Amino acid sequence: MTAPAIPAPDAPAPAPPSAKKDAPPILTGSGQVLATLEKLGVTDVFGIPGGAIMPFYDELMASTAIRHILVRHEQGAGHAAEGYAAASGRVGVAIATSGPGATNLVTAIADAYMDSVPMLAITGQVFSTSMGTDAFQEVDITGITMPITKHSFLVTDPAQVPATLAAAHHIATTGRPGPVLVDITKDAQQKSAPFIWPPKVDLPGYRPVTKAHGKQILSAAELLGAAKRPVLYVGGGVIRAEASAELLQLAELTSAPVVTTLMARGAFPDSHPQHLGMPGMHGSVPAVLALQESDLIVSLGARFDDRVTGKVTDFAPHAKIVHVDIDPAEIGKIRHADVPIVGDAREVIVDLIDAFRAQGATPDIAEWWTRLEQLRVNYPLGYSEPEDGLLSPQHIIQRIGELSGPEAVYAAGVGQHQMWAAQFIDYERPHAWLNSGGAGTMGYAVPAAMGAKVAEPGRLVWAIDGDGCFQMTNQELATCTINDIPIKVAIINNSSLGMVRQWQTLFYDGRHSFTDLNTGHLDGENTTRMVPDFVKLAEAYGALGIRVTKKEEIDAAIQLAIETNDRPVVIDFVVSRDAMVWPMVPQGVGNSQVQYARDHAPAWEEE
Amino acid sequence: MSHHVLSLLVEDKPGLLTRVAGLFARRGFNINSLAVGPTEIEGLSRITVVVDVEELPLEQVTKQLNKLVNVIKIVELDPSQSVQREHLLIKVRVDNTTRSQILEAVNLFRARVVDVSPDALVIEVTGDSGKVQALLRVLEPYGIREIAQSGLLAIGRGGKSITERVYKS
Repeated sequence: MTAPAIPAPDAPAPAPPSAKKDAPPILTGSGQVLATLEKLGVTDVFGIPGGAIMPFYDELMASTAIRHILVRHEQGAGHAAEGYAAASGRVGVAIATSGPGATNLVTAIADAYMDSVPMLAITGQVFSTSMGTDAFQEVDITGITMPITKHSFLVTDPAQVPATLAAAHHIATTGRPGPVLVDITKDAQQKSAPFIWPPKVDLPGYRPVTKAHGKQILSAAELLGAAKRPVLYVGGGVIRAEASAELLQLAELTSAPVVTTLMARGAFPDSHPQHLGMPGMHGSVPAVLALQESDLIVSLGARFDDRVTGKVTDFAPHAKIVHVDIDPAEIGKIRHADVPIVGDAREVIVDLIDAFRAQGATPDIAEWWTRLEQLRVNYPLGYSEPEDGLLSPQHIIQRIGELSGPEAVYAAGVGQHQMWAAQFIDYERPHAWLNSGGAGTMGYAVPAAMGAKVAEPGRLVWAIDGDGCFQMTNQELATCTINDIPIKVAIINNSSLGMVRQWQTLFYDGRHSFTDLNTGHLDGENTTRMVPDFVKLAEAYGALGIRVTKKEEIDAAIQLAIETNDRPVVIDFVVSRDAMVWPMVPQGVGNSQVQYARDHAPAWEEE
Repeated sequence: MSHHVLSLLVEDKPGLLTRVAGLFARRGFNINSLAVGPTEIEGLSRITVVVDVEELPLEQVTKQLNKLVNVIKIVELDPSQSVQREHLLIKVRVDNTTRSQILEAVNLFRARVVDVSPDALVIEVTGDSGKVQALLRVLEPYGIREIAQSGLLAIGRGGKSITERVYKS
C-alpha cells in the first residue's frame, strides 16, 4: 500500500469562537482525536465506550463525518475493523476503553498482525497520574500489544494527538500493512491544546522500501525466461498491494501456472485457465504438486507458511526461489531465496513485466503444462455425498457461491467450513474472500462480514461460519440488526468442532474428545441435542432464521437470504459431521504425501 | 554458535528496551550482553548487544530489529574493525599477606584500585574480554567476593561514524 498517509487538509479546522484569525483552534485531546480521524479520511469506526474513553465518545456523539457502530464486544469491533479493511482496502478503526476493553481487542489485533491487515486500534487509558498504580481498569496495553502490532503508542499530552494518530495511520497503511495501537490517557483526552494540521510526522526508523533493485528484477526475469517448470506462488501481499491486474498481465505474458494461497484467493481469477487453485495442507492436488515439482517458484507477497510448505526440508526440492516481499524479514526466513526482491508487489510485477518483455524470451513450458493438465484431469476438487443422509457441506457452500456470484463478499470462520469455502466458491476478484489465515481465529466471520458490509454496503455479504465459530461472536447479530447491516450467515452446522473432529478421526483413532457441540439434529440415528437452537437465536436477535435439513430446500433458502435485506439472515444448515476436507497433507510430512481422499495418494513422479 | 556484536542506533522512546528485549526473547535469540546509553545526538540512544547465533539467524535478528519503528540503524561491528571494551568492578578479599601480591596484579593489568578496606579491595578494570578474563583468573585464588560487570561497549575504528554506515544486507 503506497497511498499517501496524510491526506492534504481538505477543509479548515473548526474555529473556536474566541480564537483570533489564523491562530490554530484550541481543542481538547478528544476533539483532536476526532478532528484527526476526520482529516485522515476515516468515515466509519467500530467500538464500545467505557470509563477511560468517555471524553472521546462525548466528542464523537457530535460528529457527522464519522459513523460509529456500537458493537456488543470489543473483539467484534476488532474483527469488524479487519473485515472493513479487507473488503475495501481502507484502514479499519476499532475503539475500546482501558483494561478489559483493550484486552478484548487483543485477539483481533493479533489476527490483523498475522494477516497484514491495516488497522488502527484506539484505546482509552487511565489518568496519566494513576498509571503504574494498578488503577481501576488499568492494563499496559501498549506493552501487551508490542509483539502483535507494527507499533504501539501511548499518548499523555493532547498536543501529541494529531502527530501520533497520523504516524499510526501512516505505519498501519504503508509498507507491509498491519495493526497499530494508540493508547490515550483520560487526562490527555480532557486537556486542551492548539490543533495544528498537518502535524509533523517524524519516523526516522520507518522507511519501507517499495521500489526493488533493477539487478534483482533482471535476474528474476532471466530465471522466468529459462525455467521449464515455473509456478507463480501468489500470496495475500498481491491483494494488499492491489496488484491483481498486473499479476494477470505477468501470468499471461509468461504462460506460467498460478497458485493462490488461502490469503490470496481472488487475487487471480479462479476461472482463468492458468489457475491451478490453492496450495497447501488442503490445497488442490495440481497446486500442491505444481509447487512440489517446479524448477522455479516466483513467490509474490507470500511467506512460505507451514500450512503451504508442509515439511520445509521436503518442499519443492528442485525449485529455485524468487522471493518478492515488501517485508525484508520474510525473505529467506523459511526458505533460502536465490533471488531476493524487496518491494511493493505491484511495482515489482510491473518492473518484472518490462524486464521479461525486454528480454524477449519465449519459455518452453509445453511439457510442464501437459503434466499439469494431467493432474487437473485426474485430481479435480470434489466430494462424495455423506452416507448418513445428512446434507453435504461442500454442496451447500458451492451453491452459495453459485447463487451469489463473484461480486459478493464471503467471510469465513476457521475450520472445515473455511477450507470448503476456500475450495468450492469461485473467486474472481480480490477483496471478495475474507478469512483469518495466519492466526486461525474462530469467531472471525460474523463481525468481519459486518465490517465488510459497512465498507461495501452495495455488496451481498456472506458469513460462512461453523457452529463452533458462530457461538464465539454471534452477539454482533444485535449490532447488525440495530444498525441496519443486513449480512447473511450460513452456519455449516455439523454439531461439532469439525476440523478437530476430522483430525481425531484420522490421527487419534477416532477418539472424539470434547468436539461434540450438541447444536445439531433432532431425529434419526445422528440425533444430538440442539443447544442453542440457531433459528430461535436468530429470531431473538431480530434476524430471519431458517433451518435447512433437506437437499431440495438449499437453493430456496439461499435465495430467500439473498432477497431479504431488511434484517440479517441466519441459515442453519444441518450437515453431516462425517464430511471431511480433502485433499490433505498430514502435518509434519512433505507435500509429496498429499492425500487426494482418505488413504488415496495421487501418482507422484519421482525423479 | 558465534559471537556477533551489534550496535543499534535507536530513538530514545519509552518502552524501547522492552521492544528490543522482547523481540529477542520471542524469536528465541539469546542476548549475551547488553549496554545502553545516550549518543552525541540528542534523542538518540545506542544499544550495544552481543548475540550468540549463526549467520542465518543473525540475518533474521537484524531484519526483525530493523522492523521496530524506533530502531534507526543497525551495524555489526567486526572485532578487527572496532574497539571493544568491557568494564568490571571486582571486590576481592585481602589480608596483610595477600594485599601486595594483588596490588602487583592490578598494576600488571593496568587496572585500578577504587576502594580499600581492611579485608577487601574494589578493583576497576577496563579491557577486551580476554584481558578481563585473565585478570579474573589471577584474582580468583584470593577470593572474589562480588563482581559488577557492564555489557560490552564497541565503536568502529577510523573516522567514520555509525550514522554514515549501512548494515550489510
